[in-house]
Amino acid sequence: MSESLEQRHTIALLVDNEPGVLARVIGLFAGRGYNIESLTVSEVDTVKGYSRITIVTSGTEMVIQQIKALLSRIVPVHEVHDLSIEGPHLERELALIKINNTGEQRIEAMRIADMFRARAIDSTLTSFVFEVTGSPRKVDAFINLMSAIGNTEVCRGGVVAIARGSKIELGAPS
Amino acid sequence: MKFAKYQNRKSNNCMSGAAIIVKALQEQGVEVIFGYPGGAVLPLYDELFKTNNLRHILVRHEQAAVHAAEGYARSTGKPGVVLVTSGPGATNTVTGLTDALMDSIPIVCLTGQVPTHLIGTDAFQEADTTGITRACTKHNYLVKKAEDLADVMHEAFYVAASGRPGPVVIDLPKDILFSEGPYHKVEEVRPCAYKPQVLDDEKKIETAVDLMAKGKRPIIYGGGGLINSGPRASELLLELAELTGYPVTLTLMGLGALPASNSQFLGMLGMHGTYEANLAMNQCDVMLNIGARFDDRVTGRLSDFSPRSTKIHVDIDPSSINKNVKVDLPIIGDASMTIEKMIKIWKHKGYQKNDPQIKEWWSDIEGWREEKCLEFKQEGKIIKPQYAIRRLFEKTANKDTFITTEVGQHQMWAAQYYGFEQPNRWMTSGGLGTMGYGLPAAMGVQIAHPESLVIDIAGEASILMNIQELSTMAQYKMPIKAFIVNNQWMGMVRQWQELNHGSRYSQSYTESLPDFVKLADSFGGDGMVAETVDELDGVIDAMLNSEKFFLADIRVAKEENCFPMIPSGAAHNEMILNSGDSGVTPKTTTAGMALV
Ligand SMILES: Cc1ncc(C[n+]2csc(CCOP(=O)(O)OP(=O)(O)O)c2C)c(N)n1
Ligand SMILES: [Mg+2]
Repeated sequence: MSESLEQRHTIALLVDNEPGVLARVIGLFAGRGYNIESLTVSEVDTVKGYSRITIVTSGTEMVIQQIKALLSRIVPVHEVHDLSIEGPHLERELALIKINNTGEQRIEAMRIADMFRARAIDSTLTSFVFEVTGSPRKVDAFINLMSAIGNTEVCRGGVVAIARGSKIELGAPS
Repeated sequence: MKFAKYQNRKSNNCMSGAAIIVKALQEQGVEVIFGYPGGAVLPLYDELFKTNNLRHILVRHEQAAVHAAEGYARSTGKPGVVLVTSGPGATNTVTGLTDALMDSIPIVCLTGQVPTHLIGTDAFQEADTTGITRACTKHNYLVKKAEDLADVMHEAFYVAASGRPGPVVIDLPKDILFSEGPYHKVEEVRPCAYKPQVLDDEKKIETAVDLMAKGKRPIIYGGGGLINSGPRASELLLELAELTGYPVTLTLMGLGALPASNSQFLGMLGMHGTYEANLAMNQCDVMLNIGARFDDRVTGRLSDFSPRSTKIHVDIDPSSINKNVKVDLPIIGDASMTIEKMIKIWKHKGYQKNDPQIKEWWSDIEGWREEKCLEFKQEGKIIKPQYAIRRLFEKTANKDTFITTEVGQHQMWAAQYYGFEQPNRWMTSGGLGTMGYGLPAAMGVQIAHPESLVIDIAGEASILMNIQELSTMAQYKMPIKAFIVNNQWMGMVRQWQELNHGSRYSQSYTESLPDFVKLADSFGGDGMVAETVDELDGVIDAMLNSEKFFLADIRVAKEENCFPMIPSGAAHNEMILNSGDSGVTPKTTTAGMALV
């Protein structure tokens, strides 16, 4: 049954920026046992007071349908878009990676960082902090390489996503 | 910040927060509030003291206030309103709110809160009410400014009553009740993001009608959504049934949506539904679900649920669709509006009823009806619970009667043996199964219908869970009748222990029950015991003739089980028909044992 196949979906929400709205969204996932792979939130329209939430989740088709229906039912949620099925979209993530190492490994770290267009934004004689942005997969790859050549500490910002093309999808003037 | 442009609305109409609330309640047409006072809501009680046309019913426990509001709402179609204090007042409402959420009952519940500057300090009687009730309300608000109050009040009523109805909590810090803010009328409130769809694409409804017309073994399966849509939905359902000639089954929450006496009604379906309803669901080829949610009590084992049917699901809540059962044609919309369209299309296309195929289907159904799955024999002196409810029905059917229930076997027997001819006459806790629901719910019904006969069909265990409300009933002279089907057991628990746990009756027997007659007397009501069959009618008559509230203690056969029954985890065609049957039918499977 293809219905039982789990798939990754990136869902974008436009919500009122008010206390409790994030708790409602998270509570929905926690209360019903759905998983959140990534969640980002920030105000995007200070005049109307809207925030945009990007959630990456995975589930069967029925579960994803449920998630979207339940999200739409939350009172301060204005729009729910499933970017994964609505057409091509872009996903980006920012990560900060601290690495401890010395000698050859240190040069190797710089070389890899270069390849990934990561910037060193802090340095000591035995460490770097790199800033990297890109698709979640690129960030994964960078982190994997780094952890092979030193002790690392990782902080990831979570996925932000937007549809390709000229159309304003979320918060279009009505 | 939110809705900035609405901050500039002019209102010369400034008043205290408490006055805004009362004014909004009045504008919303609220006639009665069920509540209990406390420190955090005193300014609001003070305002109520000065108000004439807003009635307050003082309950004896906040849970009962919510159930009373549910009874009021379900019997009138209007939202029920609750007012309680902060901390324990608010936490006591949680069961009632959850009950209302599960059964889609519109409730607006006002809770007191400590003043804004003390929130988060573990102040006296502080509870995180919006946190606690987030999962048991349709929506909730913490009002932080008096300016927001009028908007929030009106929006709360809109959210509670529109789409799939549900409970809404408004948490009110005490300082907000004192501080001044503008009053806005309903038509001036800020817009709300919540806009449920009430009618789907005409094309989809047309496809549904075509599918129905092509059905050789069709069935209509209706639920609580029909009741929530208003009495018109029931009228339209009857019209659709007559037009198509199709059989109709209803869920526990839908009873009354089609007259029980209608020849096309197959009875309730599900775990304790009729044989004919469950087999028809199992064998049908087209299923039209209107306002029901494929609850696990209805479907039995999902993998064998109605395996050969094309399923059409009409529901106002998109999240009810494809949740448990994958359907072929989802239609999002209000029951009345959708059925109305269906009828129009059916007529327009000139579809006819009674083709030979349908006759064959009906003859199958008649065969299942022959089983007479609800038949029982009243022999000897001991009252059978089924007989008690049947007699109650016969003696009250021609009266203006409303029935509430508690939870357990008596509830299922009430659903099976009391025939409902109209919607809004049957109040029961379906989704949550809350013992202690029936007595306070009856209060809400009686307040809304002071001249009507209101009966709580109760179990002796359940009724004790909110028995303190006898005091409320005495204070407001509510002549509510509690018909206690007294088997001295938590019968439903005992039944499951018999079927699934080797008759090890762990903690399901009540050692010391009160003398219900003396109990009624002590609160100022009447009561009587019926020990034998010949006493039953006399007690029912005395109950109906009493002008006070009445506890009828009906001593019934203690070990009677509720049948038919689909054991947990079994399919519709694996019903146990009666006690003699349990030896031969498949035992509850291991997977079924884990189910509730
Ligand atoms: C608040 C609550 N606690 C526990 C239960 C579990 N439960 C379901 S039915 C039942 C027994 C009810 O006994 P009684 O009211 O005497 O009804 P009977 O089944 O005997 O008719 C219990 C304990 C429940 N439904 N609600
Ligand atoms: Mg009992």
